[in-house]
Amino acid sequence: MEAIVQQFFNVEIMAKALPLVLTGLWTTLLICIVVVPIGLVGGVLVAATSLSPRATLRRVVKLLVDLFRALPPLVLLIMVYSGLPFAGIRLTPLAAVSIAFFLNNSAYYGEIFRAGIESVPPGQWEAARSTGLSATQTFLWVVLPQGVRNVLPDLVSNTIEVVKLTSLASVVSMPEMLYSADMARSLTFNASPIVLAAAIYLALLWPAVRLVSRLEHTVSR
Amino acid sequence: MEHFLDTFFKPAILASTWPAIAKGMLVTIEIAILVVITGLALGLVLAVLRTLRYRLLDILIILFVDFFRALPPLVAVLLIYFGLPNIGINLPSFAVLWLVLSLVLTAFAEEIFWAGILSVRKGQWEAARSTGLGAGQTLAFVVLPQAIRLAVPPLTNRTIAIIKNTALGTVIGVPEIINNATTAVSFLGNATPLMMGALAYLILFTPIIAFGAWIERRFAWRRS
Repeated sequence: MEAIVQQFFNVEIMAKALPLVLTGLWTTLLICIVVVPIGLVGGVLVAATSLSPRATLRRVVKLLVDLFRALPPLVLLIMVYSGLPFAGIRLTPLAAVSIAFFLNNSAYYGEIFRAGIESVPPGQWEAARSTGLSATQTFLWVVLPQGVRNVLPDLVSNTIEVVKLTSLASVVSMPEMLYSADMARSLTFNASPIVLAAAIYLALLWPAVRLVSRLEHTVSR
Repeated sequence: MEHFLDTFFKPAILASTWPAIAKGMLVTIEIAILVVITGLALGLVLAVLRTLRYRLLDILIILFVDFFRALPPLVAVLLIYFGLPNIGINLPSFAVLWLVLSLVLTAFAEEIFWAGILSVRKGQWEAARSTGLGAGQTLAFVVLPQAIRLAVPPLTNRTIAIIKNTALGTVIGVPEIINNATTAVSFLGNATPLMMGALAYLILFTPIIAFGAWIERRFAWRRS
């Protein structure tokens, strides 16, 4: 029992590792601030093209979505980070993370937005168009807001997954929270810094997880 | 163009590396099957335990579920793989990955099964009990079959997302697809194995994702 406290909940070591882990936390938040908005925008674009009258465009986007959903995010990240240099394209870790997660998240957010848009009755389109709004205006101001409301739990839930995904950036040596904590672990030969990072992840995401549970229960009723 | 093909699709490397990639696929499939079995079974057990409505047990299960929904799996993988040896427990990397992904799937599956059980109407319980079935029989033969059917579409998608996390095994040296591919890349100085690894994932997961979409359509149609 004492060994467990010593090796996992060592307050002294946590205190020493705290500055490093907090620096990592900022990088984690930076990645989130970049990755979540571009994923959302990508998702809306993916969903919008699924409504396009051009069949080729629809098919190409669907193929890409299927492709990026079939590849694990870590594999996508490794391909972008270690594969592209072979083609003469050398990326910083942040750029690689942004590109890989943009591809992955747009596919997932896109599916959610599409489900939301499909849940809006067609009468809404017709009514909005008949008031003189253009197709784009109708999509942005009438259909999308209602669709988003219908799939809000899924959007929050997916955003939690995206935040958790940022920990993968440690694999391409991006000094985010997990990377920093693991570095502290290898310097101190003690797992307490990782426990500290885990506690910070929980503090960040637990409220969101509770929120999703509540949203899911309200919507299903 | 020739240079491009030589870097990303070199025939000689395709021929020499495919056994390693195929072995990686087998490891990925093994872990995925084990995770699906243990994760879904444990998730169902926890959901059934919640029907007993013991307050303390409920709270513990909710805490467990929230914990694994909020924690990035890679954090748990590193914590267990590098932490446990310090207190004298040495688990092979394969077991660590299996354990972590099973717990993550357990958490999500419990949530989905429980939502399914809750959405079975109270009248079903009462009607079944009034025909003389015991509480356990009612649960097993009346409530769970309906609950599980409701749970199948969301559960399929979540399970697919979680078994894609088998790729995390590469961080602790599980010889699965991407681990074998990156090892070959650094050994050969050529990107061909990486493309083969990606292709291997597409071969494994494209049918599974199509199956998930089919399940979703089919069950949605039945309900309406």
